[in-house]
Amino acid sequence: MPEPLLEVKDLRVHFPTEDGVVKAVDGLSFSMQAGETLGIVGESGSGKSVSFLTVMGLINKKSAIIEGQVLFQGQDLVQMANDELREIRGAKIAMIFQDPMTSLHPFYKVGDQISEMILAHEDISKKEAFDRSVEMLRRVNIPQPKERARQYPHEFSGGMRQRAMIAMALSLNPDLLIADEPTTALDVTVQAQILDLIDRLQSEFNTAVALITHDLGVVAEHCHHIQVMYAGKIVEEGTADDIYYRPMMPYTWGLLRSLPRLGHDTDRLTPIAGAPPSLIFLPDGCSFSPRCPYVFDECRAIEPELLPIDGHHAARCHLSLEDRERIVAQEILAPS
Amino acid sequence: MSAVEASPMREKPRSGEPLLRLQGIVKHFPITRGIIFQKKVGAVHAVDGVDLDVYPGETVGLVGETGCGKSTLARVAMRLHDATDGTVLFDGKDITRMKGEGLRAVRRDMQMIFQDPYASLNPRKTVGTIVGAPLRLHKTVAKNEVKTEVQNLMELVGLNPEHYNRYPHEFSGGQRQRIGVARALALRPKLIVCDEPVSALDVSIQAQILNLLNDLQDEFNLTYLFIAHDLSVVKHISDRVAVMYLGKIAEAADGTELYRQPKHPYTGALLSAVPIADPNLAKTKQRIILEGDVPSPINPPSGCRFHPRCYKSKSLDAESQERCRTDEPELLPHAPGHVAACHFPLDARIIDALAETDPGSPS
Repeated sequence: MPEPLLEVKDLRVHFPTEDGVVKAVDGLSFSMQAGETLGIVGESGSGKSVSFLTVMGLINKKSAIIEGQVLFQGQDLVQMANDELREIRGAKIAMIFQDPMTSLHPFYKVGDQISEMILAHEDISKKEAFDRSVEMLRRVNIPQPKERARQYPHEFSGGMRQRAMIAMALSLNPDLLIADEPTTALDVTVQAQILDLIDRLQSEFNTAVALITHDLGVVAEHCHHIQVMYAGKIVEEGTADDIYYRPMMPYTWGLLRSLPRLGHDTDRLTPIAGAPPSLIFLPDGCSFSPRCPYVFDECRAIEPELLPIDGHHAARCHLSLEDRERIVAQEILAPS
Repeated sequence: MSAVEASPMREKPRSGEPLLRLQGIVKHFPITRGIIFQKKVGAVHAVDGVDLDVYPGETVGLVGETGCGKSTLARVAMRLHDATDGTVLFDGKDITRMKGEGLRAVRRDMQMIFQDPYASLNPRKTVGTIVGAPLRLHKTVAKNEVKTEVQNLMELVGLNPEHYNRYPHEFSGGQRQRIGVARALALRPKLIVCDEPVSALDVSIQAQILNLLNDLQDEFNLTYLFIAHDLSVVKHISDRVAVMYLGKIAEAADGTELYRQPKHPYTGALLSAVPIADPNLAKTKQRIILEGDVPSPINPPSGCRFHPRCYKSKSLDAESQERCRTDEPELLPHAPGHVAACHFPLDARIIDALAETDPGSPS
């Protein structure tokens, strides 16, 4: 296997607060190859955004304790000084955020905001940078890009603002694009447009994409690999087929069963009982144990490890593989 | 033109008269110029002639993109906006121009649950005050019984009654939405309008709220008008679904029928856009990506409002395209209980496997 593009090793991001230490990310390890799409799924507060903000170097080191390694093309981003990080951020790793309404500056023209990004990294004239911005807007299918580049964000619709964000993120041809819930605030039709655009640009630029979302549908259609996160840890990872047809962790089962799905005619959904745990007072043993319907003594005492099942498929669970396979066949995949 | 009510097919038996009947509802918001002498220079055509019947005990889903007028329609039905034209009949009474005490009495029977549980609860009031407010305003229970009643309501929606004196910030998103449900339920209304009640919640919490709404419907024989842009949620909860586009109903049918066999190209596109949490099923679906955004409701397109974005129309000959451009299609029945406003309805399925496959199993 070639050298991974991004390798995260035992990453911990802890925020000390007055009430105690918030363990937002607690021992996260994974790697990404160039050009692949990784889906990261989890509920609010599962640490999915914080882990990638750390990759971007956007977590203030004064307010957080960051341990572990984030190796990007062999360099450790955690140890890197801010000046060096600035060279990588934007040029090699770019990020788009959930809310395109708040991530563009309302006082500046869209074209100028994209140019600013290019000018920060490349020694070219303002005119050239602006022309490149127009070209990027054209590539993300914004009609009349020349006129649009001279407009302000409020003159753009929600979908167009997200396109402008993507244009900005891809203007320096990064190796890794982090998309943090890029379509959550958008209509389904616009969501389809944006995801299609990301797919297309990805194959065009051979960019690796980390797609953070809480929508299992989005990851099913667009990701090669999927990680399910819970309470700052990966609880299951594998290919889309692994996660949807052979899930091996009760939390993943819960997510799948609580989703109203178009192909399924169920009268009742099965929600996950309770609420996610406080990241300050994590339960002993498996952090999902208080909400898990299959819990037994061992779960409350010993934390399960992320054990491989086959290939890239791995899960954290004390239940025996046979038990889990039986439950999946009888209760999870079979419509109730 | 009122073809939506001509839908005899449904899962739940429809008894007698509709609880809510909207006839030819039009709502235009004027655009004005000038500060002292305001001159009307145009109008936002938010809702432009909608007929919709909601029968007791059923759930009608209303779907569409942002700006299609679904929330405005619901607000007109609730008398939170006054209709520019058309009539709102609630329980057989014309409430379109009702005022004062009469309207107050009607409002007791219609309540609303809002999208954002963070913004729809007053942060400076306790849960007890919030949920008890409708009881105190309408004086449906004696003053000294309000607390007991509120605690009953809290228990009913799955909140701990001991949390009576807590403030909204002490609750999670899902619990806050439960507070919103308890408040809507306080006066034992007949109709509850749910305006995107689960859009802001995580999937696992979303399922809890959807189940709660289902249980309450069974227990109190509630009628829901359920607004959402998530088609899988709407299909799950609704008996009938109406799809809106630019202030008009484009298609309406029984939930399952609509998903198996959409007639209007817009419904097809919406359906295709829904991400399916099933990789094999997702591969079988027709991919339709709509171009551009919803046109401005200030100057809606001529003819069929969907024609500038319609992939079906673009595939037709010039004469047919001209028809889409100039001739506005009427809402006509295509199957029992299935109406659509399109000259050239779809005949193929969008998600082929949707009807036949055994869901969940890899094929």
